[in-house]
Amino acid sequence: MAMQRSQIELEHELRDDWHVIADIESFAGSDRCRTRLFGVDLIATKTEEAMYEVTRQDTGKAIEWAARYGFLWASLGTPARDIVDIPEARESDRYLVTGGSIAVNVSGLRLVENFLDMGHFPFIHTDYLGVEPHTEVPPYKVEISADDEIWATDCSFFQPVASPTAKGGFMVDYIYRVIRAYTVSLYKSNPTQQDRMDSIYLFVQPVDEENCVAHPFLCYLKDGMDEATVRWFMQLIFAQDKPILENQFPKRLPLDPRAETPIRADASSVLYRRWLRSHKISYGAIAAAD
Amino acid sequence: METLQRNWYPIASSSDLPFRHTFHGQLLGREFAVWRADDGYVNVWENRCLHRGVRLSIGINDGAELKCQYHGWRYANRTAGCTYIPAHPADAPARTICNRTYPAVEQYGLIWSGESPDGEPPQIAEFDSGVPFALRPIPVNAPADLVASKLGEYTFQPSARIDGDGATVQSEIGPAGCISLMSAEDDVASRVLFFVQPVDSNRSVIRGVLCECPEPPDEHAVLMHHNQRVSALRDLIEAEAVKLPTPEPMQPVIHRVSEELASMPQQTLSGRTAPLRVQVSRKWDAADGIAGIELTAVNGQLPTFQPGAHIDVHMPNGLVRQYSLTNGPGETQSYTIGVKLEPDSRGGSQCMHEDVRQGDVLAISEPRNNFPLRRDAIETLFVAGGIGITPLLSMARALGHSNLPHELHYFAQSGQHMAFPDVLASLDEALVPHLGLDPQATGKQLDKLLGGYEPAMHLYVCGPGPMLEATRRIAAEHGWPDESVHFEYFKNTNEIDDSSSFEIDLARSVMTLQVPAGKTILEVLRDSGVDVPSSCEQGACGTCMTTVLEGEPDHQDVYLNESEKSSGDCIMTCVSRAKSDRLVLDI
Repeated sequence: MAMQRSQIELEHELRDDWHVIADIESFAGSDRCRTRLFGVDLIATKTEEAMYEVTRQDTGKAIEWAARYGFLWASLGTPARDIVDIPEARESDRYLVTGGSIAVNVSGLRLVENFLDMGHFPFIHTDYLGVEPHTEVPPYKVEISADDEIWATDCSFFQPVASPTAKGGFMVDYIYRVIRAYTVSLYKSNPTQQDRMDSIYLFVQPVDEENCVAHPFLCYLKDGMDEATVRWFMQLIFAQDKPILENQFPKRLPLDPRAETPIRADASSVLYRRWLRSHKISYGAIAAAD
Repeated sequence: METLQRNWYPIASSSDLPFRHTFHGQLLGREFAVWRADDGYVNVWENRCLHRGVRLSIGINDGAELKCQYHGWRYANRTAGCTYIPAHPADAPARTICNRTYPAVEQYGLIWSGESPDGEPPQIAEFDSGVPFALRPIPVNAPADLVASKLGEYTFQPSARIDGDGATVQSEIGPAGCISLMSAEDDVASRVLFFVQPVDSNRSVIRGVLCECPEPPDEHAVLMHHNQRVSALRDLIEAEAVKLPTPEPMQPVIHRVSEELASMPQQTLSGRTAPLRVQVSRKWDAADGIAGIELTAVNGQLPTFQPGAHIDVHMPNGLVRQYSLTNGPGETQSYTIGVKLEPDSRGGSQCMHEDVRQGDVLAISEPRNNFPLRRDAIETLFVAGGIGITPLLSMARALGHSNLPHELHYFAQSGQHMAFPDVLASLDEALVPHLGLDPQATGKQLDKLLGGYEPAMHLYVCGPGPMLEATRRIAAEHGWPDESVHFEYFKNTNEIDDSSSFEIDLARSVMTLQVPAGKTILEVLRDSGVDVPSSCEQGACGTCMTTVLEGEPDHQDVYLNESEKSSGDCIMTCVSRAKSDRLVLDI
């Protein structure tokens, strides 16, 4: 039961921020694209090369837009900060891969939490990101940084096929980062250039409280890879997550610490829920009873 | 609303629960995961994993447990208690994660349940005379009371006149509020009872049961007949329901987990560690009541073991138990242990027997050997009682491999109780079974066996306490010195007296600590940040043995022999204490 809320109630932190509303490739066959953000129906129109117009269907008013990283972004309010900066996207020896956007019938906050979770790799991404019996999630560190992001470091997990060039499984190191409520990223060591990392950003479009679109953005070193394989891999992984996420109940993320049962492997999601509470973000969440 | 919660309703047909299937049910807005275990028990559970809320109806029914798809958490048949969390195979949470269960009764071809129903599900006298036959359930988008009122208008043909059209139908309110309809034509009649399952405020399921199962050739035709008629009635009901205002969906209360479960358990940093991860690569019946379990490394190579070594197994239920390795020399690709199901199990052997499965990952300690085997004996005698065979099996195989003289005397109830028969067969003449002897006959036999002591002979005994005591006594009577008699108890059955209080000086750490009554030396050491190895923590295994430099120990263990005890130069810190006011330990 999607609970719709008026924009007045929408937290400023979410309203006055940028959100991905479409992959630019969506305009390849047509000049128009219908989408929805925080329950508000939007029409995005390509007016000329690299120029767009985004209007609200309810009021007919135009809203702010931007095109970056291959995505069309919009804001329902007045953006109080810029789109997340991605330094790796300026490095010429990386593929910048889009094309994996996928709609999921669950709160975007649940999707973020799934992105932070390693424990499901052997069960949901069997033979790709994990495989039984290598199910243990070793202890890792998680903390809030000086600029109020969540960083989970020293994460590692046994991966049977860490990359197309890897032979056999090994422990892969990860860093996870929650940048904003609906924006999260991960960094994992590149198998050929050990001192550099491949990165995956996930921009989650809150369609409404119980629906979202996951827009992954991959910055992968070209060395030993081809772009089509990276895109195929991204699409496969997100398609594997979709049916599980759509079977989570309730669909919104419960912020009450006693709604679900965390284990040590969930340290980052425990902090994420606490962080959402302290930011008073409740869109897509079930608020904790005070 | 309150009264609806206290009713019994059919929520599924028996045929909805075929072998290893999980059925998604719903009642009064609440979803259920319904599944039948291989023992026939029907489980009706809240349809969400307590971890992240994923529906358990998409989980895997393995016949004994339901496994969540998301993170592989497993919940046990009947209790719905979580038995395994793959992300932390070494975790020993002393807490019970238990899913919410609802009552389940299977009768009349239906599964009955309820939110918190009173008493027993309705007993329907109409079904007593024949074999009730459940019709195909028909879902309807309408409130249950509307559906029930319309069912009174249902018409059908008696099963024996299914092709006719002249039946007269009489309806009445039947037992437990069901709608009872009797159809008659000529001299034949059939009765059907309809139960309405309120799925949600605006959704229902019509569950009909014929009082008499039709004869096999007609079964299909009768099912078709009712299916068509009930479907037609459904269309009428739904057409009426759309004209009415749609009621608000029901909001079942999702119960919160306990405060204890909501806080994240911290990893214990001291105490018994379990650095190795092994997978149960094989589990089989090694004898009557004894499970053979083969453990293979998850990563890399298992550490070297010696004959007589044991490992600590950290079980999914949080208990830690010691098991001897039975491996022969060179068998380094896996560890094999034998676990006897103890009738008075405190959860250890029961967990290993019932919960641990092939494919599971377990956390174990490195092998420790506190029961070492000498290989310089002119002859070695092994005396095994029951499951005490396990360390001696490893020892006998080692000596056999080197052609060193030895005999393995295996006292067991019967041939069926002798563990690892394939390995025993490989021991050839070294194996001497003694089957079905009572304590007296066992004593006589031991008396015969231990008669010919000569210097440089060694005796190794492992078995139940009374038999071990008897063997040690008889050996002493025959002149066996303490240093030639090696033994390992399963457990320390002595009552531990921890009432004394005293001081310990740690010579190397330069610390003085107080051991109060009710606390062990080991606990005091750990509280002060001194990490000491330990295993069984009941004075049986010998792992925590510490050298005593000064003072008089109060031995309460079963590991040390009498001469070791009287020498006073070592102590088991997990149970033993001090007779003097002060002990100086070499720590």
